Amino acid sequence: MNLETILQGRSSWVGSARDPGPLVSSRIRLARNLNGRFFPSWAEDAERSRIWKELSEFLPGLDVLHPAAAVEMSELADIDKEILFERHLISRDHLSKGEGSGFVVREDEQVSALVNEEDHFRLQAMLPGLNLSGAWELVDALDNQIEERVTYAFSPRLGYLTACPSNVGTGMRASVMLHLPGLVLLNEMGPIIKGMGKIGLAVRGLKGEGTEANGHLFQISNQITLGQNEADMVSTLEQIVLEVVEHETNARERLMQDQEMLVRDQAGRAFGILSSAHLMQSKEALDLLSNLRLGIDLGILPGLEGLNVDELLLLTQPAHLQKIEGKPLKPKQRDSARATLIRDALARAGKPGRKPRT
Amino acid sequence: MVCEQCGKKPATVHLTQVIDGEVKKLHLCESCAASTGFDLPGNLSVTDILLGIDGDSALTTKPVASLQRSCPTCHMRRSDFKKAGQFGCPDCYETFREELNPLLRAMHHGDRHVGKIPTRQGVAVRTNAELAELEGRLKEAIASERFEEAARIRDTIRACRARLGKAESGEEA
Repeated sequence: MNLETILQGRSSWVGSARDPGPLVSSRIRLARNLNGRFFPSWAEDAERSRIWKELSEFLPGLDVLHPAAAVEMSELADIDKEILFERHLISRDHLSKGEGSGFVVREDEQVSALVNEEDHFRLQAMLPGLNLSGAWELVDALDNQIEERVTYAFSPRLGYLTACPSNVGTGMRASVMLHLPGLVLLNEMGPIIKGMGKIGLAVRGLKGEGTEANGHLFQISNQITLGQNEADMVSTLEQIVLEVVEHETNARERLMQDQEMLVRDQAGRAFGILSSAHLMQSKEALDLLSNLRLGIDLGILPGLEGLNVDELLLLTQPAHLQKIEGKPLKPKQRDSARATLIRDALARAGKPGRKPRT
Repeated sequence: MVCEQCGKKPATVHLTQVIDGEVKKLHLCESCAASTGFDLPGNLSVTDILLGIDGDSALTTKPVASLQRSCPTCHMRRSDFKKAGQFGCPDCYETFREELNPLLRAMHHGDRHVGKIPTRQGVAVRTNAELAELEGRLKEAIASERFEEAARIRDTIRACRARLGKAESGEEA
C-alpha cells in the first residue's frame, strides 16, 4: 500500500456519518524509546537514520498496522506533510523533520507510529466520537507487538523513559476533541478550563499546544503520566468528558430557551453564507461551519442531518484544498476553492426544510 | 543492587557526584547513607534529596561545580538539559535524578510509575523477586538439614535462572 491511497482517501476517524452532539474524536498516543540509545534530538543524524532503518523494516509488517504505509519524512513533499498534519497523523514538530524521521500508518488511519519525533516512537490510535477504551486497545496492541521486537527504555521506578520528563511513566497522552459552541456563547468555558487544570487535565484548541480554539473546537487531555495507571487515567478522562458534554447539552438547551431567535439567526446565516459565498477564508469557514454544526444538532436545519460537517472542517484546510485541486494555490485561490467545495457539499445535501415553529 | 558500604541491605540512595570533573556514582542503603553523611557540596542533606523537603534549594543553591555534571553515557550536561528541557538518553534519568525528583513531583502525581510494565522486563522483575525468595528458602532448608527439600528448591532456582537468562537476552516475549 502506498501513502497516496491514504492522502486521497477519507479520514476514518471523522466517521462516515457523524453522530449528532459535541463529541468529535478520541485519541491516545504513547511515547516509547529504545533502551541504550540516545533520544532523537540528542542523537547524531547517522544514528537517527540507523534507527529509522531498523524500525521501518518491521513496523509495517505488524498485525495491528496492516495494511500499512511507511515513509521517511525526507521523501515527502511539503504539501503531503501538511496534509498529514491537518489529519492529526503527524505533529507540528514532525513537519520540520527530514532524513532519519518517518511515520508508519495503517490504511484506515486509525493506528499510526511516528519514528524519531521527540521520542523514538510516538504510537497513536484515533477513533471517531468518544471511544478512548477502543483507542487504548489499539495502541496497547501496537505497543505489545513492537515490544516483541525491541527492548524499551524502562525503569521499574519511573516507568517508560522519555526525552521530556513531562511524559515519563506511562508515556500516555489521551485526548478527546469536542465541539462546545454552547459553552462558548454563554461565556462558560473559562471556569471549565480552570477546573481542568486543577485535576491534571488540559484544555487546548483544535491543533494542540498553544493554539486558540477556532470553530469552538477543544481538546481535553491528561497532563499527568507518572503515578496513575493508564486504565484509571482513561476512565477519569472519559468521565470528565461526559460531564462536559452534559454541560454543553445543558448550555444548548438554555440557549434555545432564552435566545432561540439568535441561535436560529446564526444557523440560518451560516447556511446562507456557506451556500452562496465565492470567497471564504479559513477562519470564517471554521466559525460558520461551527454554527452550521450547532444548527444541525439542534434540529434548526432539518434535512441537513446527512451532511458531515466534521469532514468539511478537515477538507477545507489549506493543504487538503490544494491536494484536491491538484496544484499549489495562492491564498485567494484557496479561498475560492474552499467556498466552492462547501457550496457543492451543501447543494448535494439539499436545502434545509422549514421546521414548524411552536 | 546491594549497598556499597555494608554490602547487606539493598541500595536505595543513589548519588552521582562530580569530583574534579570525574563522575562518581555511589549506591548506599538508607541507614548507611544517614550514618555516613555525604560529602555533598552545599548544605544539602540526605533527606533533602530523598524527600525533596526543600525542592527549590536543590535547584538553586548548588555550587557551580555541579553545573558541570554530565551524563556518563551521552555527555549531556545539566545546562544542556536546562536549555532543551529534554534529556539526551535514558541514563540521564539516573544522572540528573536529584534535580529531577522535585520536578517530577511538581508535574505529576507522585514519583513512582504504577502503569503498564513491558512484558519482557516484567518477566525479569517478577523472576528476580521469585529468585530472592527461593534462595532464602534454600538457606533455611540447608540450615535445618532438610536436604531433600533443598535439592528440590535448587532445581526450581536453576529453572528460574534459565528463564531469567532467556528473558534478559530477549528470546522470550
